[in-house]
Amino acid sequence: MNSEVIENTLTIRDLKLWYGDFEALHGINLDIQKGKVTAFIGPSGCGKSTFLRTLNRMNDRIPSCRTEGEILLNGQNIYDPSVDVVQLRTYIGMVFQKPNPFPKSIYENIAYAPRIHGMVKDGPEMDELVESALKRASIWNEVKDKLHQPGTALSGGQQQRLCIARTIAVKPKVILMDEPCSALDPIATAKIEELMDELKEEYTIVIVTHNMQQAARVSDYTAYFYLGDLVEYADTHTIFTAPTHQKTEDYITGRFG
Amino acid sequence: MMLYSDLFFWLFGGLIPLAFTAYMVARSKALGTEQDGSRLHSLPGYYGWYAVIWLALPAMLSGLVFSFIHMFGLFSIPAPMLLGTMFTIGGAGLWYALRHIKVDFRARESVEKVTTAILITAASISVLTTVGIVLSVVFESVNFFQVISFWDFITGTKWEPDTAFLIGAGRDTVGMTPPAFGAVPIFAGTFMITAIAMMVAVPVGLFSAIYMSEYASHSARGRLKPMLEILAGIPTVVYGFFAAITISPLIVKAAHAFGLEADYTNALAPGLIMGVMIIPFVSSLSDDVIKAVPQDLRDGSMALGTTKAETIRHIVLPAALPGIVAAFLLATSRAIGETMIVVMAAGLRPNRTANPLEGITTVTVKIVEALTGDQEFDSAFTQSAFALGFVLLLITLVLNIVSTIVVRKFKQRYE
Amino acid sequence: MSQPEIFTDARMRKRMRADKRFKFYGFAAIALALAFLVFFFVDIIGKGLPAFQQAEIQVEVHYSDATMNNYNNGVDRQYKSLVSKTWLRHIPNQMRDHPELMGQNRVEWVLAENRVDQFLKGHEGHRLKEKYQKLINQMQEDGTVRLVFNSGFFTKGDSKLPENAGILASAIGSIFVLLLTMLFAVPIGVMTAIYLEEFAPDNRLTQIIEVNINNLAAIPSILYGLLGLAIFINFMGVPRSSALVGGLTLALMTLPVIIIATRAALRAVPDSIREAAYGLGASKLQVTWHHVLPLAMPGILTGSIIGLAQAMGETAPLLIVGMMAYIPEAPDSIFEATTVLPAQIYTWSSESLRAFEERTAAGIMILLAVLLTLNAVAVKFRNRSENTW
Repeated sequence: MNSEVIENTLTIRDLKLWYGDFEALHGINLDIQKGKVTAFIGPSGCGKSTFLRTLNRMNDRIPSCRTEGEILLNGQNIYDPSVDVVQLRTYIGMVFQKPNPFPKSIYENIAYAPRIHGMVKDGPEMDELVESALKRASIWNEVKDKLHQPGTALSGGQQQRLCIARTIAVKPKVILMDEPCSALDPIATAKIEELMDELKEEYTIVIVTHNMQQAARVSDYTAYFYLGDLVEYADTHTIFTAPTHQKTEDYITGRFG
Repeated sequence: MMLYSDLFFWLFGGLIPLAFTAYMVARSKALGTEQDGSRLHSLPGYYGWYAVIWLALPAMLSGLVFSFIHMFGLFSIPAPMLLGTMFTIGGAGLWYALRHIKVDFRARESVEKVTTAILITAASISVLTTVGIVLSVVFESVNFFQVISFWDFITGTKWEPDTAFLIGAGRDTVGMTPPAFGAVPIFAGTFMITAIAMMVAVPVGLFSAIYMSEYASHSARGRLKPMLEILAGIPTVVYGFFAAITISPLIVKAAHAFGLEADYTNALAPGLIMGVMIIPFVSSLSDDVIKAVPQDLRDGSMALGTTKAETIRHIVLPAALPGIVAAFLLATSRAIGETMIVVMAAGLRPNRTANPLEGITTVTVKIVEALTGDQEFDSAFTQSAFALGFVLLLITLVLNIVSTIVVRKFKQRYE
Repeated sequence: MSQPEIFTDARMRKRMRADKRFKFYGFAAIALALAFLVFFFVDIIGKGLPAFQQAEIQVEVHYSDATMNNYNNGVDRQYKSLVSKTWLRHIPNQMRDHPELMGQNRVEWVLAENRVDQFLKGHEGHRLKEKYQKLINQMQEDGTVRLVFNSGFFTKGDSKLPENAGILASAIGSIFVLLLTMLFAVPIGVMTAIYLEEFAPDNRLTQIIEVNINNLAAIPSILYGLLGLAIFINFMGVPRSSALVGGLTLALMTLPVIIIATRAALRAVPDSIREAAYGLGASKLQVTWHHVLPLAMPGILTGSIIGLAQAMGETAPLLIVGMMAYIPEAPDSIFEATTVLPAQIYTWSSESLRAFEERTAAGIMILLAVLLTLNAVAVKFRNRSENTW
């Protein structure tokens, strides 16, 4: 295997997905590379968000949803019956479109999952973990004096970084971001984008965005989805300068979408 | 001789055809004026309704005034004469209305004004009801508290009103034990039964709500919910029978098997059954607030690799807590005010005890007992029912207002 | 090969067990509630079903002068304690109505006394004396005793003798009271809701009315009884125990239920419909009457039916306004003393005779059947209205 040359964190093979009788994804094949930012772009309804949610099986929550094919994480199919979906999500975390801090204090927002997973004990160890997570998410300086105030009192951008910190605290391998900036103002967006750039050293990041400039700015690889198909997947530079497919070019140049 | 009871029949029997005629006459008169040239201001039907209002409203109002005068015993007039007066006044109104009908008369505006006024009157009836309830308990309670001090009533531990009716009948004798109206043992009974009921209703209701809102499929939920709601639809008198005839003897038998003594009027049977009755109440209120917790929070928690139960326990329930507390308060107020179950299955003897197997009595039982016998209405014994009702009203109002405030705060948080 | 990280470890297994346990608690809670429901219905039906049968015995009836003077001579001595007192007492009347019977001895099936009835049904506590038990056993062999459908339960009013007690008077009383409740509560409730939802300005008065209605809905029903007693009976002089006072009291109690349901139904009508109608130049009243109300109708009906069903099962306030009196006859007017089905159940349940217990349960079966039907109809309406938009 050539995994030494290009290390893939996630390998997707022939992934199909149905909502009831409706086929939303028609056989996706994709390799997501370790330590890189991969962006999914495409017009709304193209299946990019649906596809993102299959990567940590958040779509399991929808009763009519059914998948076929394989998603390999370090060689293991995450849809294998022996895989524990709860455990899986500690390896593949997710940040959502709308900031969704828990109605708890900032500290508890971070400490919640590590405590449940038994990662560290409450006390100094937990304090340390909370601090390092908040630091990694570049929000420590803003909240260090009000750790015990509710997380919901923060601004939208701070809330989103808190949610990223919350995800980091579990020490995942992959972070999925579902349009993480769509509810934020440009300054907050810039901060998150900066953060992504720092985080990719340590984590594999997959981001869904409707904003092509954002994809161009933050990602190393870009995948263009259209009507449930993966039309084109290449490094971001290639996609934005020399797309192979007409559809991709039309979308990128703003002719539709 | 025409009876007052027939009055309604004749009144409505006469008024409806009359109103119909008035409508037709006014409508055609309005259309008639139109032929003179210009167009009617409103649709013709409005002129009809205008006439109907002027016919029926004065007639009914005069009837109402007369019946009030009759009720207060000021003076009465024979029923046929009353009927005649009402129709005369109605006819006068109609005549007045018909004179008005011209092509440029704004019938619609008048009709709408009257309609709005009628709607406001209807709405104020709910306020009057509250005023009525408050007044009725306060008036009698005031009389009661002139005899028994409020403090003695609230803190007294002896409820022995047996001699009160003798005093009420003016037959009190020297050396007779004065009646005692200490409500503490009665409220103790109410609170014990309420506590038992809540111990059943809260866990079962809450877990049912959790199962239905978080686990059950849409179709299962659609079938389970109405089934649970049957529990709330069973009349309390039926629960009372069931508690007294089926559950109480079972408890006595079960207690006996454990070597314990239980009364047939034990607190456990009505408490358990009341709890069952309240289950759907707790579950549907909790269900509402659990569903109001945004899906985002669940997703956020699950994406951190927590199990569903962990998400529910650590994220969903704390977020829904204010609503659940409100449900708890409302359910408590319902249990405190519940009457038939305790009247039929609990005892009559005031008893301050912590043993749920002993017979106890409650506030509502005492109210029913005091007001259903052939008692003199003015005796302190019957008035004690209103005093108990007064405290009951206070407790339920406070519980309800607090829960309303809590729910409002909760809803603001997730808007 | 990489480490099988995403396979369950020991801690995870423990957490998954906790997860399953939690789900099980939820399931168990529902199962418990439903099991109670089953137990309840089985128990009530088991107790009530026998009441739909009634024992009759075949005896020779003597229509004679002696019977005319003393009805105890109507049957042979040994059977006197086996037949119902009501029936015995009725013989002279029957002879007056049918003079041709005079002088005849006829073998007839007649209503048996309640102890015989209970003994035949094998109930404990039948209290039938030993010698009569033997007699009945003998008669059973002869085929002169039987259990037939208890039509009297549906065609008679209350009685102190269980074999003669039926639900007719209380059922008619319930209909009277319910009609009055409907007459007062539905129009006033719907009008209040229309005012609050469509007309009321957002001012202090409106807020007071709203808070007030919510509080009314939570006030214990017995307090409405106190209101009825103090205001309607003592202050206004409405006759005690009458259908009128019962109907008025229950109407006030039902009002908040109907108002709240109607408001919800009105609120569910999308504003776009109102705006469209206003845009065509319709007045507020026209918009409400022609467009909003028809769309809200299913919801209003649902709320009204649920409110009325609640009123129909209500007992506590009616006890306070005197509707637990012993009333054997159905009322003719709304001013006469009346009893209602739940109150009848209550009075029967406090009777000591064993035969009343099964009648109580049978009365409950009838009441529940009516209420469940009403609620099912309401749910049907609700489901249909949910599909509209």
